[in-house]
Amino acid sequence: MRIRHPKDFLTGVMFVFFGTAAMVLSMGLTIGKAAKMGPGYFPFVLGGFLTALGVLILMRSLLWTAGLHAWPVLHFKPPALVLSSVVLFALLLRPLGLMGATLVLVIVCSRASHEFQWKEAVLNATVLILIVLVVFVYFLEFQVPVWPSFLAPHA
Amino acid sequence: MELIANLALGFQTAVSPMNLVYCLAGALIGTLIGVLPGIGPVQTLAILLPTTFSLPPVSALIMLSGIYYGAQYGGSTTSILVNVPGEASSVVTCLDGYQMARQGRAGAALTISALGSFFAGCFATVVLAVLAVPLSELAFKFGSAEYFSLMVFGLIGSIVLASGSMLKAVGMIILGLLLGMVGTDVTSGVQRFAFGIPELADGIGFVSLAMGLFGICDIINSIEKQEKRDILKQKLTGLWLSMADLKAAAPAVLRGTLCGSLLGILPGGGAILSSFTAYMLEKKCSRNPESFGKGNIRGVAAPESANNAAAQTSFVPLLTLGIPPNVVLAMMAGAMMIHGIQPGPRVITSNPDLFWGVIVSMWVGNAILVLLNLPLVGIWVRLLSVPFRLLYPAILVFCCIGLYSVNNNTFDIGLTALCGLLGYILHKLECEPAPLILGFILGPMMEENLRRGMLLSRGDPSVFFTRPLSLTFLVLAAAMLVVVALPNIRRGREKAFKEE
Repeated sequence: MRIRHPKDFLTGVMFVFFGTAAMVLSMGLTIGKAAKMGPGYFPFVLGGFLTALGVLILMRSLLWTAGLHAWPVLHFKPPALVLSSVVLFALLLRPLGLMGATLVLVIVCSRASHEFQWKEAVLNATVLILIVLVVFVYFLEFQVPVWPSFLAPHA
Repeated sequence: MELIANLALGFQTAVSPMNLVYCLAGALIGTLIGVLPGIGPVQTLAILLPTTFSLPPVSALIMLSGIYYGAQYGGSTTSILVNVPGEASSVVTCLDGYQMARQGRAGAALTISALGSFFAGCFATVVLAVLAVPLSELAFKFGSAEYFSLMVFGLIGSIVLASGSMLKAVGMIILGLLLGMVGTDVTSGVQRFAFGIPELADGIGFVSLAMGLFGICDIINSIEKQEKRDILKQKLTGLWLSMADLKAAAPAVLRGTLCGSLLGILPGGGAILSSFTAYMLEKKCSRNPESFGKGNIRGVAAPESANNAAAQTSFVPLLTLGIPPNVVLAMMAGAMMIHGIQPGPRVITSNPDLFWGVIVSMWVGNAILVLLNLPLVGIWVRLLSVPFRLLYPAILVFCCIGLYSVNNNTFDIGLTALCGLLGYILHKLECEPAPLILGFILGPMMEENLRRGMLLSRGDPSVFFTRPLSLTFLVLAAAMLVVVALPNIRRGREKAFKEE
């Protein structure tokens, strides 16, 4: 047996995973009966459908697909850098303040581009920080720590 | 006469100075973001949702409609000038629009697209106003069974439109329905799938899901593509249409408008289907179909009018039945719910100023686009020459700050990154996120109606098949599935999506 359609195969795996997870988690809730459904009833049924569908797609990718299809092409850098820059912003917003977090976000996510240049990214970050300060802090009076917590005057 | 009174009430709301400012701001920001290549109305709405949360509901919805029209107009601008469609509905505009631009007629193409959209907008507003009252009265006769079947019908409609595998689209809907279950169960008050995380007690935030799946994910995809864009270097001259252009385009605008108004009302319809259909129709009607794809002004006028008309009439099912027929409207529904308004037949009686205000503001938004954006087109073009590597960090910064501002917590930002990861995986596996969003919006409502329906029938599922209206929806849904699954149509559908 060969995986003839990797994208479908992986989709099937994903559906089976989410479907069974939903079913297992629903069993921890009250399922109830058709006339009086508990909170677990609908998600349990949906999980069942999704699992069945996943199995069907899995089988199809192994048995009934004509020809061989390509594996998905993954580039590691763009998703990893963009997503981690967003997570970093979330983690650093309180300790580093809006300015620090924005700086980190811009630098890290800029590195995802194949045309990355340090000078340009730093310049871009500076301009964006200024815009953020003017628009969000000054005009919209956005409630957020602006300076890093270790620099802020202790109240 | 009642219609005129209603529209007058709408005007009163929409043209109040404050709302006018929000409509204007929405249209401008919408164009600003929508003009960026690879970012269409859905992404723009997802990115800008948080900006409207601090406003009163009416103003927020008016601003969102403004953003929507602005984004759509921005998308047409990029299609015409750069040949990069922001989203599927402007794919067709590229065909003739970009050719016109290469022949130095970009100005004419932009103008006809704005004027055509404006005309379509005026017409569709009237359609919406006329249909709204009787349809929402009909909706009051609906019981739980009818609602459940209607939602099944609506969800099946979204499969028809998803490109690629139908099975995958069904799976995406179910996944969306399941994601919609996260949080507190309304009936029993029990926490479901929240893993003890207090921030998940109210469910997965719609903004996080939408922004992750559309905003962040599309940014990653654009970076990956590393595409070189050839921007038109020549100066934009002559926004005015010649008499000949106008004469050629007028009937196309009319046909496009009618076609779009009709298709927009159907579930799964909306902008994409209608712009494709209008283009095909125009080609069929034409005496020399071979001139299409080579810069025929009718090839721009028809789909642009159609997608705007459809964009507007697709508010009909949302505002009267509470069913968003496509992703854009799902965004609107999400925004309404965040403001505590449950979309559906009750809106028209409980918030008439909101209902009619939003309808009229669509028209106002279109007018603003013609009056303001057309002269500003030079600025939008200049924006296109800013390299993407400088723009996307800016978008991310605004996304993150916007996300934080929704609940003043950083959890939502992290959740968005997670949704972005999900979106990236789905993209790699060629699963479309649109059905997922629709499922997510409809999930809780669907469950509630299923439970209530079954409770009333004492657990007898035949209630869905014995009530005539409910049966009608289910039969229509089944028919739609069968039609799409037929080999002939399936091939045609695959071909239509390939042409993108």
